[in-house]
Amino acid sequence: MGMTLTEKILANHSGASSVEPGESVWVDVDVLMTHDVCGPPSIGIFKNQFGEDARVWDKEKLVIIPDHYIFTKDKYANRNVDILRAFAADQDLPYFYDVGSEDYKGVCHIALPEEGFTRPGEVLFGTDSHTCTAGAFGQFATGIGNTDAAFIMGTGQLWVKVPETMRFEFEGTSMPPYIMAKDIILKIIGDIGVDGATYRTMEFGGPGISVMSMEDRMTLTNMVIEAGGKNGVVEPDAKTEAYVRQRTDKDFEPVYSDPDATYHSKYRYNLEDMVPMVAKPHSPDNKATALELEGTKLDRAYIGSCTGGKLSDFEAAAEIIAGNDLKLDTYIVPATTEIAEGLETHTLNGKPLIDIFREAGCKIGQASCAACLGGPSDTFGRLNNQEVCISTTNRNYPGRMGSKESQVYLASPYTVAASAVTGKITDPRVFIQQTVI
Amino acid sequence: MANQQQIISGKAFVLGKNIDTDQIIPAEHLVYSLDDPEERKFYGRYALSGVPDAESGLPQGNIPLVEEDRFESEFNIIVGGPNFGCGSSREHAPASLDIAGVQAIIAPTFARIFYRNSVDGGFVIPYESLEDLSKEVHTGDKLEIHPQERVVKNVTQNETYDIRPLGSVADIVNAGGIFEFARKEGMIPCQ
Repeated sequence: MGMTLTEKILANHSGASSVEPGESVWVDVDVLMTHDVCGPPSIGIFKNQFGEDARVWDKEKLVIIPDHYIFTKDKYANRNVDILRAFAADQDLPYFYDVGSEDYKGVCHIALPEEGFTRPGEVLFGTDSHTCTAGAFGQFATGIGNTDAAFIMGTGQLWVKVPETMRFEFEGTSMPPYIMAKDIILKIIGDIGVDGATYRTMEFGGPGISVMSMEDRMTLTNMVIEAGGKNGVVEPDAKTEAYVRQRTDKDFEPVYSDPDATYHSKYRYNLEDMVPMVAKPHSPDNKATALELEGTKLDRAYIGSCTGGKLSDFEAAAEIIAGNDLKLDTYIVPATTEIAEGLETHTLNGKPLIDIFREAGCKIGQASCAACLGGPSDTFGRLNNQEVCISTTNRNYPGRMGSKESQVYLASPYTVAASAVTGKITDPRVFIQQTVI
Repeated sequence: MANQQQIISGKAFVLGKNIDTDQIIPAEHLVYSLDDPEERKFYGRYALSGVPDAESGLPQGNIPLVEEDRFESEFNIIVGGPNFGCGSSREHAPASLDIAGVQAIIAPTFARIFYRNSVDGGFVIPYESLEDLSKEVHTGDKLEIHPQERVVKNVTQNETYDIRPLGSVADIVNAGGIFEFARKEGMIPCQ
């Protein structure tokens, strides 16, 4: 009997020749990632359970990326970064991306691939639900809590229930010029619901996947958690290999799903049929097309996060924003420092992206999670009142971006940028097809 | 955490569907230390403070889990709709409910990371109900969870509802968490 990519990785890492969905296995962990919100309590549990002087199981495999509450005056938040700093020094950790140092990166899920930790065929756990992003590289990657992270710190192992796999097959040879991967994943979540993939793997494949960039694929796998998924995966190909080889010297062995693997269910989408999508307040599966919501009044636009704060997301937004006055307060937050540099060096019609955003009056923040998850009250871009925001982020449950009186519409960078120009929800085809003509 | 064989009885607090971790413990409060006995009380204080007022303590609404100047709740059993605990992986979510005095959550389905954190951290017992009880039970009803008989008795309404067995996680629940389980199994040395 054949196995899916996910089943193969879990078999390889548990010493079994094969595994079946539903069985629990103990797997060896290749990478454990934690950050400033969940790192300190994980470290607390590690010390409680294994002793004050205990050493982590393998310092080469523990990656600490502070990214959540970085540019804040909150004394407790700053203390949490101090706890990480002390632990990294004490354990002599080579992969600690300290705030205020040259090593500082920003959002962990984008920093992990940039730094070469998303290697095909490996097992990555992280104390953050969007750890599933790394599945874009053919890695088994999923979010865990502090207790499980502390257990891995001490033992290098964790129990996993082998998930069933749902297959999402994409047809089509190119993405329409006004469509982004964000539209596709919002459509899928809207179709299957916020618990449509609970406990399961979402595997993305087909010719439509081959034409997608690594950043597009990351947008898909990033949001599988919004359908309840345990992990999302894309089979590695030449693009994956090229990206990862450029970022690490470490060996890795890609694995692929067998042709006779068993799937829980199969879905088919054609890229060419896609239209710009929006998730209305207060749930990521509350779907509508941008066209259906045309004219909905907004107060703010937000472009950032692990979902929508990558370089390609800003390139897309800049295409629409360039040369336009904006009707909304528009916040730009690059996910990482590498992307922030990219905004300076990448140009559109000869002009750096950062200048396009500045001239349009955007407010530009520093690389971090910022207002995607609200955070302390002085967080850049946080919704502190009854604002209605259109955002490239991933969640819009009540209070996600701050006040529980606020409302969040989720959309692609194209749709967010188009809406920033007009002041209300706008289908980006208005701008993009005009550009094409 | 209560042993899975123990009967848990107390007052119900009822919520709707898709209660995500930002509603359980809003992100701005994730800064307090869980190790410091004084600071950790704030997790109890703010447990479920992100739920919109009208949807907190159904069917009436406008009932907070924890009253403004308190750190613990009078309610010890939460009854929720489907997909309870969706959203982020923050373990602070089941921890905050535990600190507020909640012992068990009954919902037709749970989001997986929340379920796992509840069990592995030994915070609260997540019981799956066969039906969505958030439409049946009222906040303040007196409930008794009988794990051996796989039922929940609603003493106030004189009704009985079925719950599923804990299945493969029962051993971890009984041990009190993943560390206690691993020590019992000899996977890690005893302290």
